[in-house]
Amino acid sequence: MVVGKQTLMGINGDEAVAYAAKQALVDVCAVYPITPQTIIVEKYAEFVAEGEVHTEFVRVESEHSAMSACVGAAAAGARTFTASAANGIELMNEVIFLASSIRMPIVLAVADRSPSGPINIHCDQTVSLAQRDTGWIMLYCENAQEAYDTTLQAFRIAEHADVQLPVMVMLDGFVLTHTLENVYLLEDKVAHKFVGTRVPMEIEVGGQKIPLKLDPKTPITIGPLALFDYYLETRIQHHEAMERARPVISSINDEWAKLSGRKYGDGFIQSFEVDDADAVIVTTGSTAGTVRYVARQLRAKGKKVGLLKVRTFRPFPSEKVAEILEGVPAVGVFERTHSIGSLGGPLFNEVRSALYDRDKRPAVLGYYGGLGGRDLHPDYFETIYKELFKVKQTGELPPRPVKYISHRE
Amino acid sequence: MTTAKIKWRPKIKEIARQEEYFTSGQRLCAGCPAGTVARLVMHALPRPENTIISNATGCLEVASTIYPFTAWRVPWMHSLFENAPANASGIEAAYKARIRRGLEKEMPDLLVFSGDGSGFDIGVQAASGAIERRHNFLYVIYDNGSYSNTGIQRSGATPMYAWSTTSEVGKAEPGKPVWRKPIALIYAAHNPAFAATASIYHWKDFMQKVRKGMEAEGPAVIHVKAPCHRSWRYKEELGMQMSKLAVETCYHPLWEYDGETRSYSLSTASKVIQKKPERKKPIEEWLEPQGRFRHLFRPKRRDDLLKEFQRRTDEDWEHILRITKQ
Repeated sequence: MVVGKQTLMGINGDEAVAYAAKQALVDVCAVYPITPQTIIVEKYAEFVAEGEVHTEFVRVESEHSAMSACVGAAAAGARTFTASAANGIELMNEVIFLASSIRMPIVLAVADRSPSGPINIHCDQTVSLAQRDTGWIMLYCENAQEAYDTTLQAFRIAEHADVQLPVMVMLDGFVLTHTLENVYLLEDKVAHKFVGTRVPMEIEVGGQKIPLKLDPKTPITIGPLALFDYYLETRIQHHEAMERARPVISSINDEWAKLSGRKYGDGFIQSFEVDDADAVIVTTGSTAGTVRYVARQLRAKGKKVGLLKVRTFRPFPSEKVAEILEGVPAVGVFERTHSIGSLGGPLFNEVRSALYDRDKRPAVLGYYGGLGGRDLHPDYFETIYKELFKVKQTGELPPRPVKYISHRE
Repeated sequence: MTTAKIKWRPKIKEIARQEEYFTSGQRLCAGCPAGTVARLVMHALPRPENTIISNATGCLEVASTIYPFTAWRVPWMHSLFENAPANASGIEAAYKARIRRGLEKEMPDLLVFSGDGSGFDIGVQAASGAIERRHNFLYVIYDNGSYSNTGIQRSGATPMYAWSTTSEVGKAEPGKPVWRKPIALIYAAHNPAFAATASIYHWKDFMQKVRKGMEAEGPAVIHVKAPCHRSWRYKEELGMQMSKLAVETCYHPLWEYDGETRSYSLSTASKVIQKKPERKKPIEEWLEPQGRFRHLFRPKRRDDLLKEFQRRTDEDWEHILRITKQ
């Protein structure tokens, strides 16, 4: 594949996101600082101070206002970006629901961090996964390179005429946000061409096509009251937009591959050695890197193990996941979150549900771990594979399908 | 430019000929002064055809934009309860950035509406931040002294002793037990370009203040008293009278603040009382017609509470006289 010139930089995940937002020619960036997202904000402040961007940088007084300013900016036609983490996402939650429901194509980078309490600044995905019903597109990154690539893609997906929905880009706190990696950046002009200029969605008012935009030339009302007589239809339109995002996510992933030489599976999932696998671990984010390392080691020893990394959590690729996992004897779903009071976590439930209609359903076990930034040592995943093999050999399932790992007994 | 130099005076003949940007067909209660506020504001704007509105959740929002209808002929946006000034920050930022990129030509004027629920309570943080950041917008808080939209619960603007559905009158409590918040002074303390109190009865003064607030470079805040007959429990035709009495009793004195000279000045209706204190009416005249204060008068007159209400009103008025003294 012939790709253009790229610059190799030693940067962390936060910086990678900041460079992507810069190259995306963001009009408005409204942000409030929170660990471990802070480097994104600080890096962007440098771009602003040096006059390297045309962005209006709104240093708001809270995350609630950050997302509110983004909604106002996006409604006025701007390309809009913000970033946050954990408590910040929780505070802006009200606006997160709103932003997607009024179809504002905002890009939000989430530096995944545990929710309080106890207060903890380190990585887990509890808060971002809790956003799963907010109607946003949700993309999980494995490393800093993917964070850069995905952030640029996110603008294209969000602003696509068929979609017009906000996108969350998740990067694991500290593991990705603060860890130096080699990251290839596109040339500015190539990135600019890739993202293009935002064109607001068109709506029809009185037989006339006008932009969905706060513009005195074409005055419209955004955010009216819609009760039992219209509310449901707006929600179904939202659902339809999310479904239309599926081919868009894949085609932009392909387009990106042509530009950069980097491709993330079909844009939704990335699999490693799954074809003949007896045991597959399904996971998201940076953990996929650790699991791949373990799988590679075990493969070298002749063990038939594989990895399925879920990159796009919303819209969830149920069909694709089921296609890959059907017929695999044992599957372990590892989540850096938990769902207290549920059978399993969000990813476990999605994966298991996706397999329900299949003839050759695997045994599906769930694992919670790494909460609060607890280190995820390769040994844990070796143990998971061992347990999956045992299930395959004995056909016996543990009394409860989901358990915690990585904790003190 | 100091806002004292903005000399525009509304003329009723001109106003009658102007286009309506807040139109009929909205579904506010009969006699609701929120509609009066909206119309007076729209007629006072220097460039209504080039103005964008960010409206907080509240009566005005709910009653004016019931899908598929809208009463607004300007670009208008509602998102949530506590974030209208933050929305406006984003709208301004969008135009600034896009003008910089050559994608837009002109900066529109920005107007924010909220009631006292947002303006006094849940949205103070967003408003405070937006004023601190010096966004160029006019924030009009119409204060009807309760969460009228959700069924008349008490707010930071509800007067002491007033009945509301969350400050009931009973043996242990005579309505709301605490005094209201001095919200206009709180926003004025941010040193915006302009701040003022206003009354719909003194409509010329109000409209002039709107013009000043919109033409001032930077943030401006107007706290306008807008009676609510559902919550205050007065006869619905008495809205203007209630608005007038709030000024005459000095419960809601009219003043303005100029950010450039950093000075407060009394507006005419209150200046008259300053000069001739005998014109100041007893607070009872404002309280008695309002059903929410009925327990201060019936079944037994509560002189103790009326005296305390008068004392607190006088104390606030003395404070306004001190800060507006030139």
